[in-house]
Amino acid sequence: MTATTTPARADRPTPASVRPRGGASKTKTGRRRSWMPFWLLLPSAVILIPLFGYPLYQLGLLSFLKFGQPQASAGEVAEFVGFDNYSTLLGDDQFWDVLFQTVVFAAACVVATLAVGAALAVLLTRIGKWPRLLLLFAALGAWAAPAMTGSTVWMFLFDTNLGLVNEVLGMQGHNWFYDKWSAFALVGVVVVWHSFPFVMISLYAGIESIPVSVLEAARLDGASTWTVFRHVMLPMLRPILTIVVIQSIIWDFKVFTQIYVMTGGGGIAGQNLVLNVYAYQKAFASSDYSLGAAIGVLMTLILLAVTIFYIRALRRSGEEL
Amino acid sequence: MNRTSATAVRPAGLRRSKGNRTVSRRIANTTAIVIALLTVFPLYWMVLSAFKPDGEINSVDPRPWTWHPTLSNFRDAFGVSGFGGYFLNSLIVATVVVVLSGLVAFLAAVALTRFNFRFRTTILVMFLVAQMVPVEALTIPLFFLVRDIGSVAPQFGLSTLGSLMLVNLAFSLPFAIWMLRGFVKAIPESLEEAARIDGANRFTILWRILFPLVAPGLAATSVFSFITAWNDFVFAKTFILDTDHQTLPAALMVFFKPDENDWGGIMAASTLMTIPVLIFFVLVQRHLVSGLGGAVKD
Repeated sequence: MTATTTPARADRPTPASVRPRGGASKTKTGRRRSWMPFWLLLPSAVILIPLFGYPLYQLGLLSFLKFGQPQASAGEVAEFVGFDNYSTLLGDDQFWDVLFQTVVFAAACVVATLAVGAALAVLLTRIGKWPRLLLLFAALGAWAAPAMTGSTVWMFLFDTNLGLVNEVLGMQGHNWFYDKWSAFALVGVVVVWHSFPFVMISLYAGIESIPVSVLEAARLDGASTWTVFRHVMLPMLRPILTIVVIQSIIWDFKVFTQIYVMTGGGGIAGQNLVLNVYAYQKAFASSDYSLGAAIGVLMTLILLAVTIFYIRALRRSGEEL
Repeated sequence: MNRTSATAVRPAGLRRSKGNRTVSRRIANTTAIVIALLTVFPLYWMVLSAFKPDGEINSVDPRPWTWHPTLSNFRDAFGVSGFGGYFLNSLIVATVVVVLSGLVAFLAAVALTRFNFRFRTTILVMFLVAQMVPVEALTIPLFFLVRDIGSVAPQFGLSTLGSLMLVNLAFSLPFAIWMLRGFVKAIPESLEEAARIDGANRFTILWRILFPLVAPGLAATSVFSFITAWNDFVFAKTFILDTDHQTLPAALMVFFKPDENDWGGIMAASTLMTIPVLIFFVLVQRHLVSGLGGAVKD
């Protein structure tokens, strides 16, 4: 695993060297028109426009209609209701509760994932070969475990009567899913278990790709450990850090399977709902498709705001697309 | 290389005494091993429980080993619950998605790295934004879309594997293209240049020169397409209304019964579902880090 980080460092072109190469046959300014890229992109377009773009448009459209069971199965004409679904939603206390819970849950997961991932990435640089391989492969296992099976295993570990954890703690009969926040905490642990390996491995690869000479030069100039970290390593890791942070925010904000499976579709009386599951339940359990769509649109907008922030952060750190 | 960088990121270590350093190194090693064991423990527990006889699973005194390993949980899963069929369904969907998304993403990645055209940046940003869309929310319009497709092309309608192939293909593409871009970018253009001078046409360059060179990257990318399709729970749950065409994640829910969970069966099914992904990961792990590096950096 570590072997690949070396060539990656050498191969990775600096932004400056990419541009001139990109126009090797035809310069950027004087390039002749070619239909080649359009032919190459055609298969993607054929798949993505009807199966991604069109549903996205439909999602927006649905959120402005009154679309329930009669419209879905009996084919009744859907009525245009403007922003009615949105005002219903914003006037509903449960929506605000779910939004609040989603943000708190996602934020806690992001912070924990990053803290664990970063700490272990640093640890990886300071240990012997065998412990490192062991930790890397253990992380690979957690990473590879499907969200579904990860959820089932942790549920079994924390099972009320047959779970190992209750047995070890002498708490047999304790239901971890009964209390809202203990259920959230447990799901959070599973989410972190699934996602810290990505952070750890990305950051470790990033640290390893910092040229040793740079760090040595800083040290020779009399920089302290902290200074080397703060003013040499951190700036060089920033692009990777940005991606890892944003990627974590997006993943954790969208958690679905773990919540759905572990809390049985949103917990007792919906106490463990997050926006994603809430939208799904509104649509497919309550047959209020348009209200579900409105929740989906709001979620997309929130994530879009994060994305825009992400692209701007990338641009600011000197990356180019 | 590892040793030099390890000392380099630990400049203060040089100033410490040698004995002090061995102690701290030993503590670090121990911490790493303990964390590694904690991380794999749930997976170990899953496999162990899959092989445990029912009596030990339902015992209130679970032990982290078993003296009586049995295949009865697996037999139940395959026999009683028809697990083999679900496994096959999942495998078919995932394979089709991996192959198609690899080919399509390769073409798109070449277009986006080797050519400069008007909406290139716009298209790139769109692929990035596409990754942010909450897929579960799109299930609502997709459900109606798939239902309508079914009346025109029955093999892609509700309760078909075709519908799962289509949607998982669409949702694995943006990331696959994004990640493959890094791999295509890393290949020196001089090779294609040389081939061009030797008179190779574009088609030859694409398939005979570029494709073999990108192949390792394609393997790493395909893991993520595979995971998208293999792990997909929400589409399978929503689109597949009969049990014959169900895939693994949604079929696993069959084992859940209120208060009376068949944990042995669930763990056996979970083990079977995890193994293919694990194998895939281990096979391509060497390219995973550099690939993510590429996806991350560019």
